[in-house]
Amino acid sequence: MTTPSNPSDKESSVTHDSTSEAGDDRALVSLEHREGSDNLPERFQDPGLPAHIHRAGDSDEAAARRYERQVAALFAISMFATVLFVVSYFAVGNDTVVSLPIIGRTMALHVSLGVTLGMSLLCIGLGAIHWAKTLMPDTEVVEERHELRSPDEAREGAVKILADGLEGSQLKRRPLIKYTLGGALGLFAIPLGLQLVGSLGPLPHTDLETTLWDSKLPGGKPRRLMRDPDGTAIRLSDVTLGSVFHVLPEGIDATPDPNNEKLKAAVILISLQENLIKSARERKWGVDGVVAYSKICTHVGCPVGLYEQTTHHLLCPCHQSTFDLTEDCKVIFGPAKRALPQLKISVDDEGYLVADHGFDQPVGPSFWERA
Amino acid sequence: MSSLAARRRHPAALVIVLLFGLIVTGGLYAALAPKNADAATSSSSDIAAGKQLFLSNCATCHGVNATGGNEAPDLVGVGAAAVDFQVGTGRMPLAAPGIQAEADTNGPQFDNKQISQLAAYVASLGPGPGIPASDLTSGGGDIAKGGELFRVNCAMCHNFAGSGGALTRGKFAPSLMDVSGKHMYEAMETGPQSMPVFNNTNMSPTDKKDIISFLQNTKDEPNQGGANLGNLGPVPEGLFVWTIGIGLLIGAAVWLGRKAA
Amino acid sequence: MTTLNEDTSGRSADALRADDTTEAPTGNGGAIGGVANWVDERTGAAKGVRFLMKKVFPDHWSFMLGEIAMYSLIIVLITGTFLTFWFVPSMSESVYNGPYVPLRGITMSDAFKSTVDISLDVRGGLLIRQIHHWSALIFIVAIMLHMFRVFFTGAFRKPREINWIIGLVLSMLVLVEGFIGYSLPDDVLSGTGVRAAQGFMLSIPIVGSYIAYFLFGGGFPGTAIIPRFFTIHVLLLPAIIVGLFTAHIILVMVHKHTQYPGPGKTDKNVVGFPLMPVYTAKAGGFFFVVFGVTALIAGLVTIDPIWMYGPYEPTMITAGSQPDWFMGFADGALRLLPGFLEFTLLGHTWSFNVMLGAILLIPILWTLMGVYPFVESWVTGDKREHHVLDRPRNVPTRTGLGMAAIAFYAVLFGAAGNDIIAIKLHLSIDDITNTLRIMLVAAPVIVFWVTKRVCLSLQRKDRDLVLHGKETGRIVRTAEGRFFEAHEPLDEYERWRLVSFEAHRPIAAPAETDENGVRSKTASADRTRARLSQFFFNDRIEPVTPLELAAAHHDGQADEALAPLEAAALEDAHPGEFGGHLHGGAEEIEEHNAYAHQQGSDDDA
Repeated sequence: MTTPSNPSDKESSVTHDSTSEAGDDRALVSLEHREGSDNLPERFQDPGLPAHIHRAGDSDEAAARRYERQVAALFAISMFATVLFVVSYFAVGNDTVVSLPIIGRTMALHVSLGVTLGMSLLCIGLGAIHWAKTLMPDTEVVEERHELRSPDEAREGAVKILADGLEGSQLKRRPLIKYTLGGALGLFAIPLGLQLVGSLGPLPHTDLETTLWDSKLPGGKPRRLMRDPDGTAIRLSDVTLGSVFHVLPEGIDATPDPNNEKLKAAVILISLQENLIKSARERKWGVDGVVAYSKICTHVGCPVGLYEQTTHHLLCPCHQSTFDLTEDCKVIFGPAKRALPQLKISVDDEGYLVADHGFDQPVGPSFWERA
Repeated sequence: MSSLAARRRHPAALVIVLLFGLIVTGGLYAALAPKNADAATSSSSDIAAGKQLFLSNCATCHGVNATGGNEAPDLVGVGAAAVDFQVGTGRMPLAAPGIQAEADTNGPQFDNKQISQLAAYVASLGPGPGIPASDLTSGGGDIAKGGELFRVNCAMCHNFAGSGGALTRGKFAPSLMDVSGKHMYEAMETGPQSMPVFNNTNMSPTDKKDIISFLQNTKDEPNQGGANLGNLGPVPEGLFVWTIGIGLLIGAAVWLGRKAA
Repeated sequence: MTTLNEDTSGRSADALRADDTTEAPTGNGGAIGGVANWVDERTGAAKGVRFLMKKVFPDHWSFMLGEIAMYSLIIVLITGTFLTFWFVPSMSESVYNGPYVPLRGITMSDAFKSTVDISLDVRGGLLIRQIHHWSALIFIVAIMLHMFRVFFTGAFRKPREINWIIGLVLSMLVLVEGFIGYSLPDDVLSGTGVRAAQGFMLSIPIVGSYIAYFLFGGGFPGTAIIPRFFTIHVLLLPAIIVGLFTAHIILVMVHKHTQYPGPGKTDKNVVGFPLMPVYTAKAGGFFFVVFGVTALIAGLVTIDPIWMYGPYEPTMITAGSQPDWFMGFADGALRLLPGFLEFTLLGHTWSFNVMLGAILLIPILWTLMGVYPFVESWVTGDKREHHVLDRPRNVPTRTGLGMAAIAFYAVLFGAAGNDIIAIKLHLSIDDITNTLRIMLVAAPVIVFWVTKRVCLSLQRKDRDLVLHGKETGRIVRTAEGRFFEAHEPLDEYERWRLVSFEAHRPIAAPAETDENGVRSKTASADRTRARLSQFFFNDRIEPVTPLELAAAHHDGQADEALAPLEAAALEDAHPGEFGGHLHGGAEEIEEHNAYAHQQGSDDDA
């Protein structure tokens, strides 16, 4: 069929031969056509490069001069734009606002710098390309390729040098060196790796399993539920039907790393009609239909903030996991598997909501150690 | 004419047509976009007139005593604020049952006087939140504090710039950019439809005022860095770079690779 | 032992010195020539310059996609350097008191504060930041399109497999680099992304929580992650990327550029324009075009308005939380994967719902792409060097596979925007997600089939064109009053473009046992290869041979193209022959039988 460009490459020629030998009768061109067409080649021949077509600027000097002027004009616009950039940089005020079509009201400094810089660069590019296309020689040049494979003698030479070098090193004759060198090279990176891995961070220990709700305040009192970001305590009577409170534990700002505590302890507090709650546990861990759940998605840990008052669904805006508040926040849609953990709450002597104890399971995304 | 036809195939033609189209569309939109109706508050209450309006427009669903029906909620105790929000934004009377009542782009079906009459009637049925005072709804609060409150309490549904966002099963949180301060306040106070309630025991009036100030500032603030692509985050940015951004560059590459005339 | 000094016969250094002149050769190019001479005498650079400047590049727009990527890389490096002068990679917190009112009095990290300052306080800072970010997005778009071009034209074939793999590694590193860059400002959106990334790490079996705690220096967010990300973003990854990119370019130089098929273009040459002066001006100019367009976009369109997102706090989130577009496909996978993929086994949690999309997806996809050239060369048995590109239609199965992969990617990509699609098209986000789950499986299959059929149809069209010529629009009336359209044969240059390709044929498995009844060791591999080969090449259209064209001429079909009078005369001689060919219509070729074509021609005769 086709002649492989590299005749020494047996595999491809064998491949094609075997195809026809395999008796693929469809491949046989009908004999009638073979007869009387013996002088026709198997395939078309490459006709070679077509004749060169000249451009307007190649023969017409007027056209060439026009191109020259166009290129020069583009370069001149670029210079002009550069000057405008410098002028804008110094002259346009920080707060000057300009109204533009589509974009609307926007900062004049930013837009003028961007447009002038853009024009300055773009016109250089357009000018150079236009120049190359219209005035520079456009006769096609043919560069020959050569096979990348080194000539056999070069290969043999390389192999010989390596073999001689190995011989000269006496590595084969002296196994003691070979094995100790291997060992040393195999181990030398360990100190560097150990230092890096060992010192990057602490071990997780129980950090993923615990939240600030697990601990009591210094006086031994349970932590109150506080509004985020105001930090004010919430009375049971404040939580009216249909409202949602974003909650953090009392005393969170006094912890060594408040952001890490917020990440784990963030809670959403919602008042439901008690008869809607289907889970007995959920009702028991809440107060008069007021329930608190971890706000951290059990998928990858985004705050599950979207509460739909009418459907009692909580939706995570990252990957759309949907939790049903009336069924102990079990997952009803999306990629999360586990329900949001509930925080058991009650009312203290002053009428404020407090957490009785921490979550009964780790909050947030799944991890290996989590049973 | 013939020269225009000849240049139709010019590579720049597409870009020019595209730009022209964009400018025309943008200009038309700016000219024709619905302007925010200025809803003046009326303090006069005519409960009887409100009741008449209620019976002829609302009672079919909400019942003659406004105690609710199969689909419609009980209106006793929802207060004037709920009526002013629902009717004032054109959500009620409901045009057609749908996944959620949407603000009517043609504005409310009643004039301000009728709305206040309806509100007065519903407010007379039981105590509920009233229409907020204008000093709470016209800005002037702590913008930065409002922004922080907004990001904790509101941005998860309405997006960081109040551009709106998706909820479950086709419901959505609307854009807040064309909502008046009064209606925002009333929505927070009454929790219409899917939205939770942020009444005064949850969020103080000052906090609400701060949030409204933040949103009004967001709307009025000039774009710092050019067109804002709807303030919807990385999705429109990705669309832009895949269409206009790379389109311009490929256009330049096609021009570069073509033989000159 | 003899010392060299005493061995006078071997003092080559002295001998050399004797011949040496103390006068330098005089330069003849003025001051520039003088400098060039000075440099060349010390480096021998002229040889390299001669080699480089004579390099020939073929013209084609699709060859510029890689250049867009290269120039975007340079732009990103330049603007990134600028940004480091103001950016403070620290998570220490302080209160903002700058000019931007909506953030005044808010506590924020120094990383966020310095980014706000770059954006709103440093003159021109926002422009540089937006050029940096837009350019990064364009960079990855261009890489992807460049990769598509290389794949669909078969430019990954021998000898370019190594460069394909270098390109793949580059594209993967660039994704990571981009994600980390997006995370540095510590705003609500990127903080959410980093939080999710920590969730991804936790899903890794056994070592997940250790990796997360080591990388973050403790629990999330800690204070270490931004400085560490910064070092990775500005030092570690750029160094690797620039190094690999250099190797990528050097290999392009070594291999010389590929070219599209056409007259005069063979596997043994490259036809185009020399680097000096044409491509210096074109490619150099194109750098300025890319930079200019990026600057215009950055000046006119906002990207990543972190001052509006606000500083990150673990309790905050915005609707429409998405990563930048290039991470969209992984985020989309996370949205589509169902929750039941997480389970507890042997007392441990296996979170495949997270791990599949966030940890395994990219390595799996990249590995598949990396092995593809080797699979294809194994299936075709083709071990030759290829420098002339394939037209995608001439390799229907590869094109179909590529489009199927793109369809898979596109579904994942679309899923990442499901919330924005929902609000913009007023659809239910649950319905969109479920539809996309089905499409993720169905779309690649459908797209593969459709693409392959389209490719085969296009090849048939090419055959018709070669056999019957172009429709001219000239209607010819015969003496009997019948009409047909005159066809004009292709000239040999145009024809060559359409017939120069090779159609691979399926390989049959060799006999499993030899004559002695010994089972071949490679029998099962051979069978697999034969099956794959069937899958790849059973449906194919072969290029027109001179024999077939001659047959078509003989049958009178191509003669339609002759002068109308001649055609009319022919029609007289062969009444009824034009009936089937008046529209230049192709004979139908049975899908399973590429050779039916010749049969068909015979029947016509």
